[in-house]
Amino acid sequence: MSAESLTLDKPRSPRRPAARRNNFELYSWLFMRLSGLALVVLVLGHLFIMNILDDGVHRINFAFVAGRWASPFWQFWDLAMLWLAQLHGGNGMRTIIEDYARKDTTRFWLKMLLYASIALILAVGTLVIFTFDPNIAG
Amino acid sequence: MASPTPTDTAAHDTSQIPAPEGSITVTVRVLRFNPEFDDEPHWESYDVPALPTDRVLNLLINIKSYVDGTLSFRRSCAHGICGSDAMQINGVNRLACKVLIKDLLAKGNKRTTISVAPIKGLPQMKDLYVDMEPFFEAFKAVKPYLIAYGNEPTHERIQSQADRERFDDTTKCILCACCTTSCPVFWSDGSYFGPAAIVNAHRFIFDSRDEGSEERLDILNDTEGVWRCRTTFNCTDACPRGIQVTKAIQEVKQALLFKRV
Ligand code: HEM
Ligand code: SF4
Ligand code: SF4
Ligand code: FES
Repeated sequence: MSAESLTLDKPRSPRRPAARRNNFELYSWLFMRLSGLALVVLVLGHLFIMNILDDGVHRINFAFVAGRWASPFWQFWDLAMLWLAQLHGGNGMRTIIEDYARKDTTRFWLKMLLYASIALILAVGTLVIFTFDPNIAG
Repeated sequence: MASPTPTDTAAHDTSQIPAPEGSITVTVRVLRFNPEFDDEPHWESYDVPALPTDRVLNLLINIKSYVDGTLSFRRSCAHGICGSDAMQINGVNRLACKVLIKDLLAKGNKRTTISVAPIKGLPQMKDLYVDMEPFFEAFKAVKPYLIAYGNEPTHERIQSQADRERFDDTTKCILCACCTTSCPVFWSDGSYFGPAAIVNAHRFIFDSRDEGSEERLDILNDTEGVWRCRTTFNCTDACPRGIQVTKAIQEVKQALLFKRV
């Protein structure tokens, strides 16, 4: 298209910010829905096991956690829950910051704080799940 | 929504307004702003006669004609078709020419109060008059016109009824901005294209005669495009034309997601 026809496209209109067109927002939108679906199973299952099944919270102690994490299945369950909830909740918080931060600098620093906290929790959580030592108490 | 403040100014002399038989007195509160004198908007109240069959627009015209000629608002057709007189009436976006007084009457014998404020999210220029330019900028940005490549056809561009049906709903838009200025995302992020622009993109994206769908979908895939929509349905509630606005937005998302129109 020539420059001339581009100007005729929208005469006298105010500027809109430069287009930022990639599929990031599309994938992030899709991720929120898919991770949400997975979280229904993971979180509700988790809550059921921890709070309702048998004696609920009363039976939870170091040995109980150690017993569950002895199985790679529950290790994977908790790992998936950690990563999905962090990325889902983090991406949700990103949206909220985009919405409510009024100044670009506030927006930038809030997002940096958010990303740092996501990275920290993911790192610590993953480390614990993989390096958990059931013999520490004994 | 604009909230009542205790600073409503003293009563205005509304005795010049003709009070036809069967009329009752209602209080119209208008969020007024004159950029030449006021630092911020303030409420003013007018006790005016109204028939149950009057529209809110009639009352505003009476105030302008008989009480204060400086009261500013847009209106043209007065029949819900030009899209000029969108405003917040009792906190919701409506066309003043389509809201009947009888639907706003207070229960029992209580005095009816009708609050009128400008639509939200666009700069208030004077009284109910807002700067619509950001709204139309987003509209223009989605190329709301038929795009067809190749030679001009020698006859009409034929379309089946089923193909026409796909975008029938979105042809009804009158660009009143009720939807976009009811959208919480637009309030906080003025660069969001907003529901009206997406509705008008939808009108061409799903038109079988149009060849610009990909261009428009690409435009709406922007950071400020359809993915900003949070499906709160404010826009659908506000649309005076009854357009299923949120559904249209979801159809655009779907087209982007599955790369298929
Ligand atoms: C129980 C399963 C869950 C489902 C089905 C679910 C689903 C969703 C969906 C679909 C969205 C996107 C909304 C939109 O774009 O309009 C969303 C947003 C969000 N989710 Fe979840 N979610 C779940 C669990 C969680 C958890 C465990 C957290 C916290 C870690 C969380 C935090 C958030 C946040 C902060 C947002 C952003 C809210 C907003 O956009 O206003 N969600 N959720
Ligand atoms: S459905 Fe989307 S476009 Fe409509 S008001 Fe809600 S966020 Fe805005
Ligand atoms: S979609 Fe409805 S509310 Fe929005 S501008 Fe068009 S007619 Fe007005
Ligand atoms: S004056 Fe034309 S739509 Fe109300």
